Amino acid sequence: MYFDLTDEQQAIKSTAHDFLASRYKSERIRELAASEDCFDADGWKEMAELGWTGLALPEQWGGQGLGIVDLAVLFEELGYALAPSPLLSNTIVGLALARCGSDEQRDRWLRPVASGEQLATPALWDAGSPASPGGFSMEGRADGDGIVLDGEKVLVMDAASADLFMVATADGRRHLVERGAVGVTVREEDSIDITRRLSSVRFEGVRVGAAATLPAPAEDYFPVFFRLCIALAAESTGIARRAMEMAVSYAKDRQQFGRPIGAYQAVSHRCAQMLLETENARSAVYGAAWAADAEPESLPLAASMAKAYASDAGWRVPDASIQVHGGIGFTWEHDLHFFLKRGRANAAMFGDAKWHRERVAEAVIARADQPATV
Amino acid sequence: MDLTLSPSEEEFREEVRGWLRENHPGPEPEGSLDEVMAFRSEWQLKLHAAGWAGISWPKEYGGRGATLIEQAIFVGEAARQETPSPANVLGLAMGGPVVIAHGTEEQKQRYLEPILTGEEIWCQGFSEPESGSDLASLKTRAVKDGDEWVVTGQKVWTTFAQYAKWCMLVARTDPDAPKHQGLTYFLMDMEQEGVQTRPLVQITGEGEFNEVFMEEARIPDANVVGGVGNGWGVAITTLMNERAGLAFGAIAQIQNSLSRLTRLATEVRSNGGTAADDSYYRQRLAQLHIEAETMRLNAYRGLTKTMQSGIPGPEGSLGKWQWADLNQDLTELALEIEGAYAPLGRGSQHAIQNGAWQYGFLRSRANSIEGGTTDILKNIIAERVLGLPRLR
Repeated sequence: MYFDLTDEQQAIKSTAHDFLASRYKSERIRELAASEDCFDADGWKEMAELGWTGLALPEQWGGQGLGIVDLAVLFEELGYALAPSPLLSNTIVGLALARCGSDEQRDRWLRPVASGEQLATPALWDAGSPASPGGFSMEGRADGDGIVLDGEKVLVMDAASADLFMVATADGRRHLVERGAVGVTVREEDSIDITRRLSSVRFEGVRVGAAATLPAPAEDYFPVFFRLCIALAAESTGIARRAMEMAVSYAKDRQQFGRPIGAYQAVSHRCAQMLLETENARSAVYGAAWAADAEPESLPLAASMAKAYASDAGWRVPDASIQVHGGIGFTWEHDLHFFLKRGRANAAMFGDAKWHRERVAEAVIARADQPATV
Repeated sequence: MDLTLSPSEEEFREEVRGWLRENHPGPEPEGSLDEVMAFRSEWQLKLHAAGWAGISWPKEYGGRGATLIEQAIFVGEAARQETPSPANVLGLAMGGPVVIAHGTEEQKQRYLEPILTGEEIWCQGFSEPESGSDLASLKTRAVKDGDEWVVTGQKVWTTFAQYAKWCMLVARTDPDAPKHQGLTYFLMDMEQEGVQTRPLVQITGEGEFNEVFMEEARIPDANVVGGVGNGWGVAITTLMNERAGLAFGAIAQIQNSLSRLTRLATEVRSNGGTAADDSYYRQRLAQLHIEAETMRLNAYRGLTKTMQSGIPGPEGSLGKWQWADLNQDLTELALEIEGAYAPLGRGSQHAIQNGAWQYGFLRSRANSIEGGTTDILKNIIAERVLGLPRLR
């Protein structure tokens, strides 16, 4: 029994922390947020050099071969820094290719994704659908040995910088479509989180050859889904931790009625609550990450617990931090709103807290007759 | 990171599990507190005979010298199997560890064995009517008279005082010193004329705790623990011990309650199905399970940290706060699920699950007060973990 990071994981953490702190200072994040595509090409290159693009991908295909705990360490730091980066979307496609692709597909697409030469993003949810996990409606119309895609995918992350889309169809299959393919149009949507852009992608008569359809059936994507939920929950945990630290540091400095406001219990107890939520989120995330690496039978429940808890904490803690900051926290000039917005967007993606709690309810009610274990 | 037990720990768990299963004395009697205490005394003797009493205590003092993980396993397993608590719970969890840490060799020889056997029950005389959360403001006076101390004052919330032979008493020995420095930690004999106890009835109708009145009670100088004027430091050790040992038992107890609550939801009818079909209850049940899991994982993290640094950190306050919230939330949800039947208790033939949740609901009101109020725990977290300024 040892619930802490190893020395190697601590090293990943401090490298990530220092790199992100120096590269993504407030001015740089704001510059990117105001830019057309919010993509930092130089930053991406450096992340690729650090091995982050292939961190949890197999060494055989150019990845680092590390585990989900390591991935969670990295994403917690990405959230802490609020780094604008397509690493999440790229990692999702990488994990999917690693588990569900053929060797040919891995060689052709996973290698460049793992090395960061190519950027990929999932295009899953259909326009007009509830966009909750598992339900896709786009039909792939048979055409020779391949299919033709027609329809619109929504809530696609980082589409502007993506070279490759991983598109889901109603049968649960995933297909790789290059950005330059005939019939693909990307339209960026207005979204509250301008540090991670969301777009709609239209597919009009887009032909997908047989070689670009992943052979795995729908259920094989569940392990990928649980892992990406953990990465996302880790990011939200980092967001909460940073927002809490900002509140604590402000509460120590800001004076009212002749004292630092942190001396008042209305403020200090709010900060204690922020710590509780942040630490709970963190435990849930690392517990689930450990399950992903070491105890796969516990992964589905653990991942839903982590995503549910971190979905709430990821925006409630920044929200509480805004309250501690008072008026300045409500200004565009202060950075907190970026954290609130990312946290809220993360909460909505890949199953919101309610969706994941329902999965937890299903599991715990099903085993209601069994005795508890410790 | 490794959240599994090592083979030797696994083996230890099997041993604990098997022993508890074979020796479990069954549920506590539903009669008077006297009957319950007699039942618990017998259980403690059984524990002691098998070497399970004082499991955290060093072997040289009659304990088992178990590692932190083994303690956690034992406490967790005992809670999981819902064994009774031993009669001398305060002596085992606080009295013994304080004597071991701060007592003289003579005190160790005199006090430890009867704590383990339960022959002498201990109680804790800290809180006073005017000194609750602000413990260091306590007013009970102890004045030196030859080789004795003469004690006058009042203590309150003294659990099991009516059964106790010894009281861990903190009294003011130097009224002129700053409030934390003028205190001394004594072991006071409860069986003397100068000490009177009066039971207090709790909102559950039970009377576990008492008021203790001291009118020129006598304590020999040899019963000072840790030196005159050091009472605050010694008392803090006691409180730390109280928190450190309880986490894993508390977690197992929460998990048992959650299983019962989940079964309750599958049994109580609601909206044409059961409460377990109702999305509102499903969401709340799930949230409680999630929070219980975070509490369990936090405790693992805390245990790892304690093993690395040797002392439990102030983060332990988070766990106690969370446990209180969770235990209250889950009993509240139980009553909500019971709907209109929520008022019916143990004596009613129409009570759901024999009125178990009504008692739990009422008893859990104390969880955010006993052993450090949630409000004070938040102060501790704000000041010692987050480094926020003190109001005082």
